[in-house]
This record gives sequence, structure tokens and C-alpha cells, in this order.
Amino acid sequence: MTGSSPAILTLRGVGKTFDNGTVALRDVDLSIGEGEFVSLLGPSGCGKSTVLRIIAGLARASEGRVEWADRKHETGDIGFVFQEPTLMPWATVERNVRLPLDLAGVRDERASEAVARTLTSVGLSEFARAYPRELSGGMKMRVSIARALVTDPRLLLMDEPFAALDEITRFKLNNDLLTLWRMLRRTVIFVTHSVFESVYLSQRIVLLTPRPGRVFADLAIDAPYPRDEGFRTSADYAGYCRRVSEALQKAMSEATDA
Amino acid sequence: MNERFWRAALPAAVFFVAVGLWDAIVRLNGIPPYVLPSPRVVIATLVVDGRLLFDSLLVTLFTTCEGFILAAVGGIVLAIIFHQWRPVGYAFYPYAVALQVTPIVAIAPLLLVYLPQQLAVLVCAWIVAFFPVLANTTLGLNSVDHNLIALFELYKASRRQLLWNLKLPAALPQILAGLRIAGGLSLIGAVVAEIAAGSAGAGSGLAYRIAESGYRLNIPRMFAALLLLSAAGIVIFFLLSAFSYFMLRRWHESAFARER
Repeated sequence: MTGSSPAILTLRGVGKTFDNGTVALRDVDLSIGEGEFVSLLGPSGCGKSTVLRIIAGLARASEGRVEWADRKHETGDIGFVFQEPTLMPWATVERNVRLPLDLAGVRDERASEAVARTLTSVGLSEFARAYPRELSGGMKMRVSIARALVTDPRLLLMDEPFAALDEITRFKLNNDLLTLWRMLRRTVIFVTHSVFESVYLSQRIVLLTPRPGRVFADLAIDAPYPRDEGFRTSADYAGYCRRVSEALQKAMSEATDA
Repeated sequence: MNERFWRAALPAAVFFVAVGLWDAIVRLNGIPPYVLPSPRVVIATLVVDGRLLFDSLLVTLFTTCEGFILAAVGGIVLAIIFHQWRPVGYAFYPYAVALQVTPIVAIAPLLLVYLPQQLAVLVCAWIVAFFPVLANTTLGLNSVDHNLIALFELYKASRRQLLWNLKLPAALPQILAGLRIAGGLSLIGAVVAEIAAGSAGAGSGLAYRIAESGYRLNIPRMFAALLLLSAAGIVIFFLLSAFSYFMLRRWHESAFARER
């Protein structure tokens, strides 16, 4: 799928060295197409989260740069979902989802409308008044996703959002995420260390080597959408998983050789 | 019996046994009231001197409240200033610690030399009570989830929004814990200063009554005053605990019983 749609952003020679001297990323070149669902896959410590943080502007690249297709991108153009739900425990679900709008000073009725719409889209409208501690792990993650979506962002960055969930919940959220993506047609960059999850979700998998992280392979997953539980058990799916796993093995061994 | 019952019953039992023993020891040994008054004599004194002691209690409580409010506001405001402007924090935090670790009993006489008595008592209450508020608030402001801070950064939150919408609410449990400690401490500060003022004092606080009764060997009144002070401390603690619970009841783990 690479190059089939105009790029929304391009990383050119991005490197990151932490203050303690650890080289997290080296020479990462990566182009993300508008509307694409891309997974960054790699073992833990390969700097995939760092890539995401650099794109979001939460970390600065030591070398290289991030180029955006259109110069000005505004606050709220990027939604970010962390590995943990990262909710404010003192605020209701509604207040949590509303946070980005509150910070931007969006007027009351408009904000309430957006919050209600987003909560419905993640299936949580009944829990608007609940506090995070009253929710299950999966529901908290839905709140976190709703919060990222409430500004109607062009780019959704997800940093291993489902890693801490049980498999049943994860599968359910995988499906719901795909439905949302197909409905909203936004660009998603999804960081994961699960081969199976990345194959199931993405159009494209970018494989990173560990320490320092750089792009090892860029694999297209050409299976058609909608993908559902049938796809999970298909031979196609198994084939993709095998290929990605093999590529991952190669990436790992190359890294240890180096 | 459930746990709740025992948690109320056991301390009550200890109380009654201790008072009973006290009474028995005084009576069996025929100890005179100017050495050790029996519980009955203490209660009787409390009734007879009620007016006087109660007025004194009000004076001390008033100082305590003033000291507490100043400590609460001062501690929180200082913590915010130290947190928002790091160099200010670096410059002054050590002195806040120094003020805290110097025993208040040693500072009180000096304050009484330089300040009018009422103000000196108030300053004492403040010095003892503000530090736990400062320290706890600082801890709370520094312990905010880094990802939540990153999220605020992503949405270009201003420093003010970061403080009001994230850091202060996140620090609330620690701030409340600090206030709970400060409540008891401001009573101690007020009492220490009143005692230090002692013979020279023109005050009429409860601690002053204790000092005065000591000089006059009015031991039952000393006990009665002590009882009132202790009761005041307990009430302050419970009021602040209730306030803390009320503020956190919707969301903080401390407000919920562990489910088994």
C-alpha cells in the first residue's frame, strides 16, 4: 500500500539519543499515507514508542526531522492513546473525554455534543457519569480512545494500547477499532509487539530492529477489509503471520550480529 | 462479631479499664487530690470550672484555627510557588526544612520577645503546622502521572491549565493528608507558645490555664484542662478526616473498603 495515498507525514533520517547515551533510534525513514493503518512492530526496547512520541511532538528527534504534508497542523490534529488508560481518576468518563476540548476552550454545547457523539461511537454512552475506577480495563481503554478521538484528529497514534488487556477483551477492541477506522477514515499508527495483532489490524507493518531501532522491513498486508473473526482463523492470516514472524526473527538476529 | 464492632469496642474497653484502675489506685491508697486527683474529682472540676475552662478553650481553639488556616493557605501557596518556579524552591525549601526541624519549644521564647503575645502564639502555630502541608503538597505536585502530563502537553495546555486541571486535583489526596497532620500540629503549636508565655503571659488560653494551675498546685484543674485539650485535638482530627473523606469519596482508593 506504500505510496498508494499521499503521505500525511514523512520521517527523514530520524535518530534519537537519550541523555544517558543510549541510542534509541538511528536513521529512521518512514512515510505514512493519508488514511493508512500502519503498525510499528518490534521487540520491546526497539524505540517504537519513541517514534510515536517524536511524531506527536512529545519527544525531540536528535537527528533528522518529521515532515508534515501541510505545514500547519493544529492542536487536536493528533490523538494519542497510551499503553495505560491514563485517565484522571477524579473526573467522570464524560469529563475525561472532554479534556482536550476543555483545554482548547471549546464552547460548552459544542463540546458536550462532541463528547456524546464520541462516547456513543465507542459504546460507552451509558457510562458518561461513571468514574474510571468503576470501569473494567477494557472500558477504561475505550474511554482513552474516545478522548483521543474527541477532537476529530487526522492522525491517531496508539502506543501498545491493548497490551495489558486479556485476549478476549483485546480481540473485541481490535474489531471495534477496525470498525471505527473504517467509519472515520483516519490515519492510524499503531505500536505493538504482537505479530498477530499487527497482522490482524494493519494494511502495512513496519518492522523495527532493536537497539538502535531502525526500519528493517516494510510489509504490506493485502487482505481485504472488513476483517473479522473469520479472518483470524483463515489460512491467509496464518500465512501473513508466518511471514511477519520470520522477518521479525531475521531483524532480531541481524541486530545481535551487528 | 464483625470487625467494625471490635474496632469500636476494644478502645472503649481499654478506656473504661484504665479509668477504673486509676480510680481504684487513688482510692485504695488514699492519694490526696493535689497529688493525683481521681477521675470523679476531675469531672467535678470540669463542671465547677466549666465556664472558665470553656472560655479558655475557645481562646486556644481560635488561635489553633487561625494558625491552621494560615498554615493551610501558606503551605499550599508556598508549595505551588516552589513547584512553578524551581529556583525559588531551591532557594527557600532548605530554610523551610530548617524551620521545621528546629524544636518549636526553643523558638517560642524568642518569638515572645519580639512579637506581641497573641501574634507570637499564632506564628508558633503556623510554624509547626505549615511544613507538613508544604511537604505533602510538594510531593503530590511532583507525583503526577507522566503520561497525563504528556497528554496535556500534546493538547498545548498552558501552565495554568496544567496546574489547575491536572496537578492540583492529582495532588489533592496528599494535600488533604498534610492538612490532617497540620490540624493536630497547629493545636500543639498554640499550646507550646501559650506555655512558653507562661508566667509572663497575659493570655487566657487553655495551656495558660494549665501553667497557672501548676503554679497554684491546682492539680485537678490541670487534669480537667488537659482533658479538654485532648478532646479538642481528637475533634479536630475527626473533622479533618471527615473533610478528607468527603472530598475523595468519589474517586480515591482510600475512600473505599477493599473488596474480598
